[in-house]
Amino acid sequence: MIELRGLTKRYGDLAAVNSIDLDVPAGELFGFLGPNGAGKTTTLRMIAGILRPTAGSVRIGGIDLAADPIAAKRKLGYIPDRPFIYEKLTGMEFLRFVAGLFEQSGDPVERRGRELLALFDLDEWRDELVESYSHGMRQKLIIASAFIHRPAVIVVDEPMVGLDPKAARTLKDLFREYVRRGHTIMMSTHTLEVAQSLCDRVAIIQRGEICAHGTLAELRAAAGSNGHESGLEEIFLRLTGERAARELVEVLDT
Amino acid sequence: MTAREAQRSEQNGSNEIVPGNGALVARHRMLSGGVRAVPGTLLTPGGGRVVPPLGRRWGGALVHLLWPKWLTVRARARVADRGRSGRIVLLAVLGIGFWGLVFGILARVLRYFHSVEEIGALLAGKLLGVLLLSFLGMLMLSSVITALSSFFLARDLDLLVSGPVDWLTLYGAKLFETALHSSWMVALLALPIVTAYGVVYDGGWLYPLIALAGFIPFVLIPAAIGSALTLLLVNVFPARRTRDILGFIAVFAAAGVVVLVRLMRPEQLARPEGFRSLVEFITVLRGPTSPMLPNEWLQRTIMGWLTGDFDPLSLYLLWSTAAVFIVAGAALHRARYAVGFTKAQESAQRWAREGVASRVFRVLLKPLGIVRRELVLKELRLFFRDTTQWSQLILLAVLVVVYILNIRLLPLTGDGVTLFIRNLIPFLNLALAGFVLASIAARFLFPGVSLEGRTWWLLRASPLPMRDVLWAKYWMGTLPLLVLAVGIIGVTNTLLRVDAFMFAVSVMTITLMTFALASLAVGFGAAYPRFETENAAQIPTSFGGLVYMMAAVALIGGIIMFEARPVYAYLRARTFNEPIATGDLVLGFALAAALCAVAIFAPLAFARRRLEAIER
Repeated sequence: MIELRGLTKRYGDLAAVNSIDLDVPAGELFGFLGPNGAGKTTTLRMIAGILRPTAGSVRIGGIDLAADPIAAKRKLGYIPDRPFIYEKLTGMEFLRFVAGLFEQSGDPVERRGRELLALFDLDEWRDELVESYSHGMRQKLIIASAFIHRPAVIVVDEPMVGLDPKAARTLKDLFREYVRRGHTIMMSTHTLEVAQSLCDRVAIIQRGEICAHGTLAELRAAAGSNGHESGLEEIFLRLTGERAARELVEVLDT
Repeated sequence: MTAREAQRSEQNGSNEIVPGNGALVARHRMLSGGVRAVPGTLLTPGGGRVVPPLGRRWGGALVHLLWPKWLTVRARARVADRGRSGRIVLLAVLGIGFWGLVFGILARVLRYFHSVEEIGALLAGKLLGVLLLSFLGMLMLSSVITALSSFFLARDLDLLVSGPVDWLTLYGAKLFETALHSSWMVALLALPIVTAYGVVYDGGWLYPLIALAGFIPFVLIPAAIGSALTLLLVNVFPARRTRDILGFIAVFAAAGVVVLVRLMRPEQLARPEGFRSLVEFITVLRGPTSPMLPNEWLQRTIMGWLTGDFDPLSLYLLWSTAAVFIVAGAALHRARYAVGFTKAQESAQRWAREGVASRVFRVLLKPLGIVRRELVLKELRLFFRDTTQWSQLILLAVLVVVYILNIRLLPLTGDGVTLFIRNLIPFLNLALAGFVLASIAARFLFPGVSLEGRTWWLLRASPLPMRDVLWAKYWMGTLPLLVLAVGIIGVTNTLLRVDAFMFAVSVMTITLMTFALASLAVGFGAAYPRFETENAAQIPTSFGGLVYMMAAVALIGGIIMFEARPVYAYLRARTFNEPIATGDLVLGFALAAALCAVAIFAPLAFARRRLEAIER
């Protein structure tokens, strides 16, 4: 459903993303992991059509994003890591607006909007301006807006940041159910437990390049871990370098 | 957690401690017991006692606080350097052209005054006084708006307030920021004016220093007053409400100034025959217009130096007044800033249900299709729910009324007022109306792209052609502007009793001019976006806004220049009953129409390319 071929993004001499090849089939929840500044957000923003790749291509549902961006984006819902939305719209107006961008309106949108707001405990806030929403509430509203037009693919950057435990649980259930119905989700996260419990497959990106991808078992093999008990955190640290933990101790001691 | 707190915590990058962040690290060390608080140390804005910056004097700490701003400016300049030589050349040409124009016109007027015995210097002084009074008004309004942003809404405040920064350093840094941001446009405007005075009156090599010595306190006084006024208001209302209230105050103050100036009938000064004797006229000229205001002191400083009658008292008044306001402002800051800053974190909570108007619009806009309808509805809601935006309409209404009143008061009957003059005035009126429209477009159309800054991701990730975004921005601004433009010209032409041909010419011209000015505003708005600005009112006063106004003035000048010849030919033919040279008529109007066509389509095409290239 998502095909990346030689996807590259350069900022001057720096290659933020360097020639990534990746396939995410329909009905899969794919996790995208990596340290800070590894290129996760840049990759997701290229898939969402916000950033233009320096080289390579993105295909959504078989449609080349560069050749036909409108058709490709119709299949897509994007949830950014920063919840910036129109401050002077109410929650419901925002959902209507987003549905309108996907040429959807009328009773189905109203009904779906109310359902989504209720799902995230925002129904009491539906007629209140976004400027009075908290960080977490904005994040929930953006997540709701990504589902309002029922996209085939959802690209989500750090979905759990700012969510309370109940909303986080709701979101996990929603993601799993959505994928079970044949849709596709590609998600970046720092929370390895979330990736481990939710994702069918994961890729680990470091310095703009994918250093490993596959199921948890495949990653264990790639990391050279013999024991079956190795968790994703251990694999992640092994693949991205174990220096971080040692440096932390050194910093605290000095 | 309130929305504001949420936004701030998000902007600071969750809970990460940024490496190299001196203030946070220092605070962290202090909290861990690394440095002990010493009795008698200064208060933080939050009210806590902290250690003054070790090994650094106050000036050093102030520079340290301002250093990131300087680095930002430098980084922006570096980015602008790379591959944007075309833009820089355009900017230089427009800037030099504008300065040259102001300098040329003023130098000519001043040379004429210089040649007039006795009252020449008095008239030059009065003119400078009027210009400086308008500068003072601009500085006051701008300071109040800027102070709210820099003292209470800026994104670096969390870092500074949470860090061990003493109140005086913070006040100094923020006052400096306020003064700089609120005055740079006035400084750019003042430069050719002050230079013209210096050149015509031969100010000598010390003149620039004297002018600068006068201008610095002239800028600091409104900045200190604006900061203090904002602090008092924030102590009473939450910051978001204060922004609304300040918007109203600014609008009503500006409207009041316009009405006052109108009531003073300044044009009487230009008609000495209205006075009983020359002595009375000179007495009026010699007398100070506003002896208690800084503009009068600065005018006396400059004119005193230029006419060899320099009195240091004026300069002393400027500096001592600035010092008094800064000290009083600092005392107020020490006493009330902590409370005000806390109040500024409160968010406005308001409900908005879909009303009748919204439903009516939804039905009316149905033919546009879902995407364009939603974009238009969104624009309407954002505009009318933001007090800082729609309140400007009040000022606009006052300006339009005063404008029409001025036309009505023109002496168009009596000796010497021929058909020629009666029809020439509406033609020149076009230029003035064009300028008013350009200012309105700068306020309402120019910020369009900038205001999408933080939500750009949503539009980019949607299956939305950029031409639809542009379409909504362009027509939402242009249609009201067109109604206003044609309304003003229709009413003024009727008052002036112009003939049918000139009526048609002016209505056609203002229509084309409106489309072109709106297109330029959208184009320049896309070329110089200010995505990170907290306050929409600051966007038109940005550098790009200034460049837009220069381009708009050039466009209006070009249209008037092309049409001057055919209009003159027509009026001459009518006055002297001669045959009309059709060739002249067609050529002139065709050139004006072609210029408008270029000014309509080129900026829109450019804006579309820019929007498609923006990666945020």
